[in-house]
Amino acid sequence: MLTTLKHKAGKLTIAAALGLGMASSASAVDLTMYYPVAVGGPLTKVVDGMVEDFEKANPDINVNAIYAGNYNDARIKALAALKSGEPAQTSVMFSIDIYELIEQGAIVPFDDVVETADEKAWLDGFYPALMENGKTRDKTWGIPFQRSTIVMYYNKDAFRAAGLDPEAPPATWDELVEAGKKLTKKNGDTVEQWGAMIPSTGYPYWMFGALAMQNGQTLMNSEGNETYFDAPATVEALQFWQDLGNKHGIMPTGTVEWATLRQNFLEGKTAMMWHSTGNLTAVKKDASFDFGVAMLPAQKRRGSPTGGGNFYIFEKSTPEERKAAMKLIRFLTEPERTAQWSIETGYLGTRPDAYSTAELTQYVQDFPPAAVARDQLEFATAELSTFQNGRVRKLLDDAIQSVLVGDKTAAEALGSAQKQADRLLKNYR
Amino acid sequence: MNQRRSRFQIHGWLLLMPAAIFLIAFTYYPTLATLAKSFFSQGNAIKPSRFVGLENYEFLITDEVFWKVVGNNVIYAATTIPISIALALLMAVWVNGRLPMKSLVRMSFFTPTVLPMIAVANIWLFFYSPDIGLIDQITSSFGIASHNWLGDPDTVLGCIIVITIWKEAGFFMIFYLAALQTLSPELEEAARLEGASRWYYFRRVMFPLLMPTTLFVLINAIINSFKLVDQLFILTKGGPDNASSLLLYYIYEVAFSFLDQAYASTLTVVLLLALAIIAIGQFVFLDKKVHYR
Repeated sequence: MLTTLKHKAGKLTIAAALGLGMASSASAVDLTMYYPVAVGGPLTKVVDGMVEDFEKANPDINVNAIYAGNYNDARIKALAALKSGEPAQTSVMFSIDIYELIEQGAIVPFDDVVETADEKAWLDGFYPALMENGKTRDKTWGIPFQRSTIVMYYNKDAFRAAGLDPEAPPATWDELVEAGKKLTKKNGDTVEQWGAMIPSTGYPYWMFGALAMQNGQTLMNSEGNETYFDAPATVEALQFWQDLGNKHGIMPTGTVEWATLRQNFLEGKTAMMWHSTGNLTAVKKDASFDFGVAMLPAQKRRGSPTGGGNFYIFEKSTPEERKAAMKLIRFLTEPERTAQWSIETGYLGTRPDAYSTAELTQYVQDFPPAAVARDQLEFATAELSTFQNGRVRKLLDDAIQSVLVGDKTAAEALGSAQKQADRLLKNYR
Repeated sequence: MNQRRSRFQIHGWLLLMPAAIFLIAFTYYPTLATLAKSFFSQGNAIKPSRFVGLENYEFLITDEVFWKVVGNNVIYAATTIPISIALALLMAVWVNGRLPMKSLVRMSFFTPTVLPMIAVANIWLFFYSPDIGLIDQITSSFGIASHNWLGDPDTVLGCIIVITIWKEAGFFMIFYLAALQTLSPELEEAARLEGASRWYYFRRVMFPLLMPTTLFVLINAIINSFKLVDQLFILTKGGPDNASSLLLYYIYEVAFSFLDQAYASTLTVVLLLALAIIAIGQFVFLDKKVHYR
């Protein structure tokens, strides 16, 4: 009985192996790609459509594009697939995962895959600010794909009602406070309309990256092994964030919820909000009032971190597969396709030449807010990204929140975050 | 004879095998692997994993976040368990009686249980949100200033607890309701003839007879107080500053956001130990006090 079972099992395995072998030899190269979606909207359809176009243009390459949840899920799935020996050759993952992926030995630099001068020119064709999160150790590991920055949405009707010029949104911190005070409407003790809201749940470190940059301070070095959480300018920036609520009274005290902020803005509970450009299409659709989009205000300079997902190529892949992956990535980042992607999603066009295409030029003309994020790229910096990224990010998130809720002072919280970050990162120096 | 016996044994083992394989693959092996992993460091491409003995446990003792989430979890358990059980019992006694539109009331109590936690959390997110939320809109009509429920470390854990109780009480009510329907009505009649008050009847007759159900519900409630963390993903992500983080959520963070499976294993071992101690306590001490028919 048992032996016959074994026999049958053996036969089955052989048959299965043969079947698989035949399937994979049917086309020249099979690519598996994971990609995340972090904002609302039918983005999976857009990606699937673009991948289909690619397969039509390259019949010898077969792409299996798998939607993998949010950024965190995508990273977990891709790394788990690699560990279990499942082949995935390329993926879109969070741009700030770079150090973790390098540490795991999971990805190869594009410099090793790029060969021709034409390909090198393509590699140099992206906005430098968007490349910052993809470059370390003098090599390029990530190619920008779905990228964004933070912008300031403001309610022009509320500006008019408060006697402010709706075409001149605040351009400095002082102007922000001044306008915010005029925009904050009170009825007795209850506030009917806040001046401004900066979300402090979900991605506080991201918003804080903007404030710090505006105060002339980056949060980490490009090797990803040092943070500047306790630099005087960083502490000042966090103090300013807390002051918006505690001292100037133009923002609620405590934390401001990321997920409901858009609703707050749409219902007129805040006259200004800082949010990702990824929300532009949704706000455009639902706003019942006249709204504007502006660059974030400046203290010493303007500034915003970039955000979003990059393409990576995995180390566990054959030279042919890498070449095919390169072809796919180049196809998806061609100017026309980048333009189409940007219009359909609200994400940034990642290359200057995308903005010179007829489609995107027209779109920006009809809807000027779409250009604000691009213009801000000039002042943009990398998103917080270090080795031990999850932990370091959480240290900063906790520090920010503990200051905003009034448990600690800015210097105290950031000092302790820096000390703990140093302990985590000293092994990488 | 011997041959026949060994054949019996093979039969026995074969019958046990399907269940045994699943138990071993999904329960015993992972438990042992977790225990083993907690004695090793987290490896990567540059530094392979190595044996570190109790180093992970030493780190755990000095980890402030760990103690914070343990404290939160104790508060969470100490409030959700008794309140949801008491509420469940109250609702069950109420809908067990003569009541117009009884099934409608029963259904409305049970609805929260059927809804997926993630959907529930998304709804409550808008209840709690300051200014535009349901709670603030109601309180503001009484002239009370708006409150940032989820953004204030003093209220955030309470908000999470309320959702959990709301979600669980209906589920436990079903068990009590089923148990109540098996109680024979003669008991109540007899008690009334003897002149016992309703409270006395509840305290001395009904509640003791419901003890086996209470034990079952209690075990479920305790497990859930460590297991139910779905709402945190939507509502607070453990914030602000870990004020609403629970042990299981912290384990998730360490394993999948920090990618530190060694330390996550260490935390899991601690969680398993705590649950094991509670389970043993329940079976050894409480079981004796329960009256089974």
